[in-house]
Amino acid sequence: MSLPPLPPEAIELGATAADWRAAVRLAGAGLVRSGAALDGYSDEMIRMIDEHGPYVVIAPGLALAHARPGPDVLADGLAIVTLATPVAFGHPHNDPVRVVLGLAIKASDRHLAAVAGLANVFNDSTAIAQLADAKTVDAVRAIMGVDQ
Amino acid sequence: MKIVAICGAGIGSSGILKVNAERVLKRLDLDAVVVAADIASLPDVIGTAQIILTSAEFVDAIGKTFADVIVIENYFDTAELTTKLEAALG
Repeated sequence: MSLPPLPPEAIELGATAADWRAAVRLAGAGLVRSGAALDGYSDEMIRMIDEHGPYVVIAPGLALAHARPGPDVLADGLAIVTLATPVAFGHPHNDPVRVVLGLAIKASDRHLAAVAGLANVFNDSTAIAQLADAKTVDAVRAIMGVDQ
Repeated sequence: MKIVAICGAGIGSSGILKVNAERVLKRLDLDAVVVAADIASLPDVIGTAQIILTSAEFVDAIGKTFADVIVIENYFDTAELTTKLEAALG
């Protein structure tokens, strides 16, 4: 039930993104900084949305950007980007997005443990607003239940 | 009973649906197997599934099916999942 690693370098607060693609790239950049993914993983995450629509906006204000395990994933990892100005993904109910998670999973047979950890955090309906308003990386990690 | 949770990648969002559906089913004291899969492998996993959990974006791609297709808006809202699963299971 544990989250993928969420080191401080994978967290960016108050970022500016021109559109949803830029927002997803910021999350991808966090995964690159933490060593979880290569640059190409951002393209993969964007391609999933181009192909299937904005379904990754899985709750009001929250996008879970992700793609399949593949050569661009180096290790399990999580990235969090909070946006200074919310961005529309085109979702009928859950726009605009204030918090973008980037999720990289190395092996698909382990993904359920990772997402169970996410469910533990976000089944608290206040968690998204807490993250969006967080002022420090430590605060984000505390909300996510990551050990300091 | 079998339930299939569908998303684009078969990891991530469909996994969250699976995890939360299992939590709700346990609370409702209902016995079901919940499988997470990507939309491309739905024909391989659907079998005798009674319910498909997914987002609005995948309804067209799922197409005609004997299963009830339940569209979830907030994947983390177990109250929404409870209401919609209870309605489908009548």
